[in-house]
Amino acid sequence: MMKKEVKIPPIKEGIAIDHLPKNRAIKVAQILDVGREEDGMVTIGMNLQSNKLGSKDVLKIEGRDLTDKEINKIAIIAPDATVSFIKNYEVEEKIKVRLPKKIEGIVRCSNPRCITRSQDMKTKFIAVSKKPIQIRCHYCERLMNEEDIEIL
Amino acid sequence: MKSFKKRHIISIHDFTKEDIIRILEASFRIEKQGKVGGARNLLRGKVLANLFFEPSTRTMFSFATAMEKLGGSVLSFADMTATSIKKGESLKDTIKILSGYSDVIVIRHPEEGAARYASECSSVPVLNAGDGANQHPTQTFLDLFTIKKTQRHITDLRVAMVGDLKYGRTVHSLAYALSLFNCSLHLVSPPELRMPEEIKKMVADNGCTFFEHEKIEDVLDKVDVLYSCRIQKERFFDQIEYEKVKNAFIITKNMLKNVKPNFVLMHPLPRINEISTDVDKSPHAVYFDQAKNGVPVRQALLALTLGAIK
Ligand SMILES: [Zn+2]
Repeated sequence: MMKKEVKIPPIKEGIAIDHLPKNRAIKVAQILDVGREEDGMVTIGMNLQSNKLGSKDVLKIEGRDLTDKEINKIAIIAPDATVSFIKNYEVEEKIKVRLPKKIEGIVRCSNPRCITRSQDMKTKFIAVSKKPIQIRCHYCERLMNEEDIEIL
Repeated sequence: MKSFKKRHIISIHDFTKEDIIRILEASFRIEKQGKVGGARNLLRGKVLANLFFEPSTRTMFSFATAMEKLGGSVLSFADMTATSIKKGESLKDTIKILSGYSDVIVIRHPEEGAARYASECSSVPVLNAGDGANQHPTQTFLDLFTIKKTQRHITDLRVAMVGDLKYGRTVHSLAYALSLFNCSLHLVSPPELRMPEEIKKMVADNGCTFFEHEKIEDVLDKVDVLYSCRIQKERFFDQIEYEKVKNAFIITKNMLKNVKPNFVLMHPLPRINEISTDVDKSPHAVYFDQAKNGVPVRQALLALTLGAIK
């Protein structure tokens, strides 16, 4: 008989973010500012087996809900991620994140001479490609690749 | 077709092929009318605010001349660093206040994206006169106007671009615009100053063919237009390398012996030594006319965005 291994303990209520690229869970945890008052148990699973990604990361936060803005942030650094909303140990809703066409107020422009760096204003990017991820600054028109992307 | 009235002129990428054709047609019309004095009152009573956050005397004068030739008046803020900006006023506030005084704003700013942001803060049309290394669309329109004027059309031409193709914003925008008109591009530069992949991809996506070369001689006798631009010293770490490269791209009168009869030599000016002065009298040299062409093109853009012409 095969032993069913429980790698990541289940949570009663909260969110489970799955299919994160390898070594991306910590970054997602940072973006979501884990360790807030309302957060319960936070579990980070890294380098788990995945049929789709080979190796993947998982992040579970008990007692947490996500805003659309937070989901968009996840989409920018982990375009294949799924988010499950859990209630009473059951998946109530599962969504696949989607890179929005317009990305507002989430990413910092990597161009040091961009107007968004000196003025008190919202940054704005247009998604050019999803895989590999490429976004263009609406203001300075700089094309940014994954390695240039810094979440605000 | 989208009206030009109240439209901002920020980036060449905002314009379709049809838009460009219309702008060029309007420029020819205005130039013709101007010769018989017919455009003198087109913008009477209108005020242009020239906001230059970094100096560029030529561009500023060109816009001022364009406005005055149409009967409008000009407020010039040549040195914005000396005014309220120094006191820390935001660009948003400056634009909001000035768009209350004027009917059109011309902005030059060292930071990239400043003109786009200004257009979002303004209640009147904003014309970008250069935002850092990003865009300078009126330069592109006057380049296209010059090409059309000398070649009678801008489709299916062979155009060479020579010099610093990596950092030169004028060549990036012009390459993009010409790619909409099925021109073939011959890119001549030292290996370290080649046209960025991003621009080459954009050009190729528009179905335009391009070729890369390292010597002017390889293309000179085959092309209709040669667009020369400056190689800036600041781009080189090694000064010896700079001297070597700089001198490899000089165009002299002797070199023009076998060019096509319709061949023209263009340059956005100012030049350093890319074109030797003995070329100036050649009928192929059109760079001074090119600078002059900035006036009718800017007149047309002002008249279009202010709704005085269609
Ligand atoms: Zn930017």
